[in-house]
Amino acid sequence: MSQKTPAITTKNLEIAYGDFVIQRDLNFTVNRGEIFVLMGGSGCGKTTVMRCLTGLKAPEKGQVFLGNISLWEAEQATRDQMAHNIGIVYQSGALWSSMTLAENVGLPLGEFYDLTPQEIRELSSLKLALVGLSGFEDYYPSEISGGMRKRAGVARALALDPQFLFFDEPSAGLDPVTSSLLDDLILELRDSLGTTMVLVTHELPSIFSVADNCVYLDGDTHTMIAGGDPKRLKTDCDDPKVHAFLTRGGKNRTG
Amino acid sequence: MKPHRHANNKTESGSQPCEISFDRSDEKKLLINLAGSWTLKCKRPSADVVKKEITAGGATGIAFNTTGITEWDSGLLIFLGRVIGLFLKNGITVDKTGLPNGAGKLMDLAAAVPEKKGARKKSQKESFLFRVGSESVAFVRSSGDVLTFVGEASTAFIKFLTGKARFRRSDLTRIIQDCGIEALPIVSLISLLVGLILAFVGAVQLTMFGAEIYVANLVGIAMVRVMAAVMTGIIMAGRTGAAFAAQLGTMQVNEEIDAFKTMGISPMEFLVLPRILGLTLMMPLLCLYADLMGILGGFIVGVGMLDLNMVEYYNQTKAAVPLSNLWIGLFQSIVFGILIAVAGCLRGMQCGRSASAVGDATTSAVVTGIISIIVATAVITVITNVLGI
Repeated sequence: MSQKTPAITTKNLEIAYGDFVIQRDLNFTVNRGEIFVLMGGSGCGKTTVMRCLTGLKAPEKGQVFLGNISLWEAEQATRDQMAHNIGIVYQSGALWSSMTLAENVGLPLGEFYDLTPQEIRELSSLKLALVGLSGFEDYYPSEISGGMRKRAGVARALALDPQFLFFDEPSAGLDPVTSSLLDDLILELRDSLGTTMVLVTHELPSIFSVADNCVYLDGDTHTMIAGGDPKRLKTDCDDPKVHAFLTRGGKNRTG
Repeated sequence: MKPHRHANNKTESGSQPCEISFDRSDEKKLLINLAGSWTLKCKRPSADVVKKEITAGGATGIAFNTTGITEWDSGLLIFLGRVIGLFLKNGITVDKTGLPNGAGKLMDLAAAVPEKKGARKKSQKESFLFRVGSESVAFVRSSGDVLTFVGEASTAFIKFLTGKARFRRSDLTRIIQDCGIEALPIVSLISLLVGLILAFVGAVQLTMFGAEIYVANLVGIAMVRVMAAVMTGIIMAGRTGAAFAAQLGTMQVNEEIDAFKTMGISPMEFLVLPRILGLTLMMPLLCLYADLMGILGGFIVGVGMLDLNMVEYYNQTKAAVPLSNLWIGLFQSIVFGILIAVAGCLRGMQCGRSASAVGDATTSAVVTGIISIIVATAVITVITNVLGI
């Protein structure tokens, strides 16, 4: 990864709900194969920014480039094609409850590729095995735990071999061990697949263990106020908000 | 060099097809050469091709040379999965060093967490007797659940009568509004049309005997005694019963009902009781309204199509419909109100914890409500006949 190729770039991005601006003047670049974290306090608009990067919410101003294509200026057909290259792991897993895990993973494969049911089944099993869910193909989402649902969400997001993988609060609701295993999985998948990953999170252990780069979105000024390697930001950043965020309010808590 | 697995040109028709060839220079190890594009969009060879080669050559191991691969994705992984699975089962060693870096790591990652013993669901064919037995046990259990629910609802109602039930009066008012005024448009439309239909069907037959005036009897008795109550019941089962099940089901999914329980607030009193009360109070009023709309429908046909006199039609209806019929209709509507509300709330409270469970609960509430209405109508009709009412 000596040569950095931009995978996702935002230029003067502004996102709003009506007159209420969520975030403005967002300018950052996520390089190919990088794990990038959108961090910030609760309610600062991290998930909304992620929705804008994934084509779910149109920006008020500015541009989002995936590779060299401007997502929101592209024609619908191009955007549909780009959607195949985007995998999203939702906060709740968002698995389709009426389908088994294998069916959840296999549905997009059957929709977009000319594969036999046997091939779809094998691929679904493989994707589930990648996230450590071998043998759980025929389980329904309601029959497995929250951590397993999240991992199954990762398997579904990987179904179409996306170039970009987005995670919305991957550690939310998980115990520290499961959360750490999920972080390991994210790193392993990045190393194996070379996928560009964007995580929305405010979980410090996850941020420090997986992130190559990050931006801090501020809920008061409605813009990004810091960016870079989170470990470096923790020691070097002078902004009190960022420093407080990365050091849990500046307190050295042990318990 | 790492191949471009996700190259943008993978959909282009010009992409190189996947190729496979074999090198048997080492007798003990079959070298599999893979080249071209190994993506899901390309037609890939079967693992049997490799099996045939190894069976013919008698090698005890396989290795890969993938330097010729131009792009790959899960299409390569599915092929590798089949080949590796096939040979590991037969004790043939597989050397993965020649695989593309990411592909090798992914195959290792997929094998890193072994399948949990006993986790896989076994597909077993159940015998007819087993299924009959299971269904019977489920039916008995479900009957028990229904009885428990009815018992708890009755207890809550007794508490209400003694002024001890805890629920918000504003909830009851809202439910009354939802079950009453907001249901008027659909009840008006359906009842008017049922009255019209009854009159039309009756008119065709009665005109043959010059007995058009008896259309008033037919419509009046049918609507007041049975049809208004049944039609209102069916409308409310589809509208309000389904809504009750969906509301309570969603609350189950969101753990709102658990929150009530843990705070010591009875969901039966707080959620179920106002719904049963609201619908039971509104049903007779809706039924009375449906009576009038149905008679109006008959009146439109009688006066407009059969040229009957307005006063004559009114007097004929008044003379033909005894007050007892009105009471029977109103009684039925009260029974239907209780049945629909109980079915809706029961299915909602029994709802599972997923989105599809809410759908199932709603469907079940409507089906249970309508079946209950028809069965109750039959029972009440038989009883009134026996009593000579």
